Amino acid sequence: MTSALSFEKITVTFTGKSGGAGYNAVKETSINIAGGEFVSIVGPTGCGKSTLLNIAAGLLKASSGTVRVFGEPLAGLNSSAGYMFQAESLMPWRSALDNVTAGLQFRGVDARDAARRGEQWLERVGLGGFGNRYPHELSGGMRKRCALAQMLILEPKIMLMDEPFSALDIQTRQLMENELLELWNANRKSVLFITHDLEEAISMSDRVIVLAAGPGTRPIGEFRIDLPRPRDVAEIRMTPRFLELHEQIWHAMKEEVLKGYAQTRNKVPV
Amino acid sequence: MKKLPIWFWQIGLLAIIFLCWHLLTVPGLIPPFYFDDENKAAFFFGEPLKIFNVIFVWFADGEIYAHLWVTLQETALAFFIGTLLGLVIGLWLGLSNTASAILDPYIKAMNAMPRVILAPIFMVWFGLGIWSKVALGVTLVFFIVFFNVYQGVKEVSPVVLNNARMLGANASQLLRHVYLPSATSWVFSSLHTSVGMAFVGAVVGEYLGSAKGVGYLIHQAEGSFDINTVFAGILVLTLCALLLDFAVTFAENKLLKWRPQQAETETT
Repeated sequence: MTSALSFEKITVTFTGKSGGAGYNAVKETSINIAGGEFVSIVGPTGCGKSTLLNIAAGLLKASSGTVRVFGEPLAGLNSSAGYMFQAESLMPWRSALDNVTAGLQFRGVDARDAARRGEQWLERVGLGGFGNRYPHELSGGMRKRCALAQMLILEPKIMLMDEPFSALDIQTRQLMENELLELWNANRKSVLFITHDLEEAISMSDRVIVLAAGPGTRPIGEFRIDLPRPRDVAEIRMTPRFLELHEQIWHAMKEEVLKGYAQTRNKVPV
Repeated sequence: MKKLPIWFWQIGLLAIIFLCWHLLTVPGLIPPFYFDDENKAAFFFGEPLKIFNVIFVWFADGEIYAHLWVTLQETALAFFIGTLLGLVIGLWLGLSNTASAILDPYIKAMNAMPRVILAPIFMVWFGLGIWSKVALGVTLVFFIVFFNVYQGVKEVSPVVLNNARMLGANASQLLRHVYLPSATSWVFSSLHTSVGMAFVGAVVGEYLGSAKGVGYLIHQAEGSFDINTVFAGILVLTLCALLLDFAVTFAENKLLKWRPQQAETETT
């Protein structure tokens, strides 16, 4: 069976300033994500997690290696993928509904049909009745829900998520995680989820991949999460199997986290 | 003590200013303490009552309307043409790095040039009618809008941009749905300044040579040392500028309701 998304020996080197040595962000990384699989990538800060995601989205070109989407090499933007960003990504001049339907509008879907589907999705992410609010009139959690609906309305076969909930407080975050799992469970798509939060990764994923500290990051460990679904992210954290997995993965990660921390500390501020 | 509304103090201040003006200028009211002749103060500074009389006669006879109409026409044309040019060229240079790199020194030079000096040239090119005034206003408005749009395009959030791309927007959709709305908000933040500049262009152009307009009225009165009419013209212009500013604020509140707060930028 072909993977939904596969990285084949991806290397990314950013050009250095004024002819200096380039920064090697990702080195010879190969990852496969099966159809309907929820994969999380964890790693210390600044290790190139987001770089990998941008490569998968086609927003960034790898220096060498190939990305395959359902077996086909990726050229240009990945049109099978939806992307949920870490930072605010809604268009501030559009109401919540207009933001959710933006993708449909870009595809030339009839406006009335788009609005109807937009309302349904707003309802589904718990924003029914908030369609005419502007992003600045919504709370941080509501904006994330809106961004989620904006991505899901296009029914992407692959969902790329870059620490989407990291800016939220812990309660809102767990609510959003559960909602995401519920939506994903109803219609299983491949998910590549980036996070620095190991608990979030374990509670949500089928598989957790640990990246080494940069530069030249690569996967150093892979863990299958055999916790039963459906899960409640708040409750599953108390189960013995969760703690066991956490212990294992943390053990693998610890050294890299310390390495990454030491690097950030020694960096001369530019 | 009950707090009086702010407009009470605002109007009160205006009344005090006019009262002082009146007391200090009307001949014979108080003995002259600076000029050697009691008529000199009125000669240099005019008399409020006579000024109001001029304004009243202007509006009562309807003489002013034709002039005011010309001035407002010039202002509106200068404003719309200047804004459109600034928007188009700002978007173009904002999006094309090569073009902006080549044209950068020219833009800077043209902005640094005191553009009022172009008025005589525009008069030769476009004649004494409204178009020479419109041209002058356009050169003033263009740069304000241009710099704001250029900045607006440069500062579009890369995340919002990438998000729109991932949602399937093509180049022209990015322009229409991301760059243009983002730039528009910057245009609006410069609107107060650019409307004022369009007005300045119209009046200065008229003052330098024309047969109609409030600027022309002022120029005529000045030629015959009729200081009261000069001040009357200035007051009418000030009132018009104030009304335009209210109109801008109104349009801004209507069109930019998506903005959390309005940032003001000034370009001079």
